[in-house]
Amino acid sequence: MSFRHRHLLGIEGLSRDDILTVLDQARTFREVLDRPIPVVPALRGRTIVNLFFEPSTRTATSFNLAASRLSAQCVSFSRATSSVTKGESLLDTARNIEAMRADGIIIRHSQPGAPHFLSRRLRAFVVNAGDGPHEHPTQALLDAFTLREHFGDLAGRRILIVGDIAHSRVARSNILCFTRLGARVAVCGPPTLLPRYVEELGCSVFYRLDCILGEVDVVNMLRVQAERMTSASLPSLREYRQIYGLTRERLAGLGPSVVVIHPGPVNWAVEMDYDVADFPQSLVLNQVKNGVAVRMAVLYLLAGGREEADG
Amino acid sequence: MARRLFAGGRVVDPVGGRVAPADVLVDGGRVLEVGRRLDEAGAERVDCRGRHLAPGFVDMHCHLREPGREDEETVASGCRAARAGGFTHVCPMPNTEPAVDTEALVRFLVRRGEDAGLCRVHPVGCCTRGRQGRELADLGGMRAAGCVAVSDDGDWIADARVMRRVLEYAKVFDLPVLSHCELPEFKAGVANEGVVSTRLGLEPVPAAAEAAAAARDVLLAELTGSRLHVCHVSCAATVDVVRRAKERGVAVTAETCPHYLVLNDEAIVGFDSNYRVNPPLRSEVDRRAVVAALEDGVIDAIATDHAPHSREEKETEFGAAAPGIIGLQTAFSLGFEELVLKDVLGLPGFISRLSSVPAQILGLPLPRIAPDCEADFVVLDLDARWQFTPADSLSLSRNTPFLGRELRGRVVATVLGDSLLTSGGGSA
Repeated sequence: MSFRHRHLLGIEGLSRDDILTVLDQARTFREVLDRPIPVVPALRGRTIVNLFFEPSTRTATSFNLAASRLSAQCVSFSRATSSVTKGESLLDTARNIEAMRADGIIIRHSQPGAPHFLSRRLRAFVVNAGDGPHEHPTQALLDAFTLREHFGDLAGRRILIVGDIAHSRVARSNILCFTRLGARVAVCGPPTLLPRYVEELGCSVFYRLDCILGEVDVVNMLRVQAERMTSASLPSLREYRQIYGLTRERLAGLGPSVVVIHPGPVNWAVEMDYDVADFPQSLVLNQVKNGVAVRMAVLYLLAGGREEADG
Repeated sequence: MARRLFAGGRVVDPVGGRVAPADVLVDGGRVLEVGRRLDEAGAERVDCRGRHLAPGFVDMHCHLREPGREDEETVASGCRAARAGGFTHVCPMPNTEPAVDTEALVRFLVRRGEDAGLCRVHPVGCCTRGRQGRELADLGGMRAAGCVAVSDDGDWIADARVMRRVLEYAKVFDLPVLSHCELPEFKAGVANEGVVSTRLGLEPVPAAAEAAAAARDVLLAELTGSRLHVCHVSCAATVDVVRRAKERGVAVTAETCPHYLVLNDEAIVGFDSNYRVNPPLRSEVDRRAVVAALEDGVIDAIATDHAPHSREEKETEFGAAAPGIIGLQTAFSLGFEELVLKDVLGLPGFISRLSSVPAQILGLPLPRIAPDCEADFVVLDLDARWQFTPADSLSLSRNTPFLGRELRGRVVATVLGDSLLTSGGGSA
């Protein structure tokens, strides 16, 4: 097996070959998911814990499904019912869970580096399911999988990421992942939502959507959050939609080969008009389906890698 | 009372800028004689061949956590660490619980220091009552009790009118005002705004948040004709603010800390919370600017900003960890390597930034190795190569990224009055 990593903490630590290893593995599992009984016994007897310190429906569910399709036990730990509300530290929580003999921990947390912190202190493998605005590697991998499924290869493709880049873990992981696969990436948003030096991540930068929308093969829209108004990052959602939204009019102007992706959940009528839901070139539901296969691949490779490391 | 002859070493005079071979004869806690081949009759001989003797260091900015967090540090434990690092004078900052804003609390700290009997403790008092930034603290009472400067360190005094009053009122007692320059609106930031914070997704704080605060304070010091001291300068923009103020003749001084001399923000890439400090580690451009500012005198002093924290405050996610680095025992070695071995400053110049310059800012007697002065000096082994290990730490805390790093040059002993303490690394 050519995947040498003990943990999946971010795209940052992955080479192009690492990424392709995951995507190739995911293709096998994608076929499994189309079978009448979409389950393989690969991780029978293993225990995976979903440690979500932030609310998430689809990512937690997707990991949960991925684990059960691999015949692993998956336990979910949710913040509301846990001792975290009693002030227990992240380290204590994770150590307690590991003491219950978890093989792998999937963590979502508001603090960048929280998965890295755990990975240095636990024996279990750690998967980053989103650490604040830092990284969300499985989202990037499933987006890359979805785009490769559509285009075959990302080399030379022009991908535009639109929205709140500063607070987006998806943007960071996707920029790294897409560029590593040879795509040309641009980001677009108001400077208030672009981190300084974002171009150092390997992308070009645009302030106005209409200056670049006609030049790209993929439009990767991001969710914009209402609290950006109170932080003086945006004047109004209405103005945001006018300048950065994928409106009905902009959708109509897209070329026939242009595809749209979005990590969900969508704020309809803000970053995208509802017309995108019916747009034939929207790959949003493919993303969701592929997410399970990609997460199966990640869990399988990390659990397998562990076996080798321990043996 | 012991009579000791420190024989065979070289004596550093930071004020005169000289290094010369000399013996130092100490009796009854005072220096009797400094010269070549002194008569050692009746004296205990301390072999200083291959060593340098320099005036004791003055740390004008440290956190000793007493009262309130005696699990992290006490005046006594902090003084033990200070002595091991060559500091014979320490100025604990008043952001304790309760904050040191009264004569009684200053007296308490001075007494604690006398009880420990290791260093001279010169407390810094609050500028404002409760460190709240609203009403003046009792500067007169605190001055009478031994306070040498005032500061609301930990926070900037955001209200410009209050800061103006603090600067004005401090003039009555000739107290310098030490300002923690940080616009409060950026306090959520945990990493320097730059390429690294962008990559890591950490909440950024721009260098401008420090420099803008310093610029306002400089203008108020100019307005009031008061003495302003800018704490822990970490970036090129603040250096520029201080430089221009000095050129205009404003009574401003500045300090930086060893970690800003030897680290840049690339250090935080692994999310190790021992690198979390406020102000944050800046870019390499900023680091170089800070080093250059020490060379040309825009930054006057080196202070440790020794900030002990418990394990549970540090063993957590980067952004949730308490900011701060313990620095008393590593300050000399880090500065020596970066400044002296790299030819930024000569040895006397470097020592002056740790000793006579901060003493002058605080209005303390200048530490000197001269007849009739109190014995107050360090013995240095400049050839030492050593590692600072957890077992070496005399602080009650261990939060430093410098554990295990190879360090150059070491304080091997300190003398203050009648007490001679060795710091490890062999005898003096």
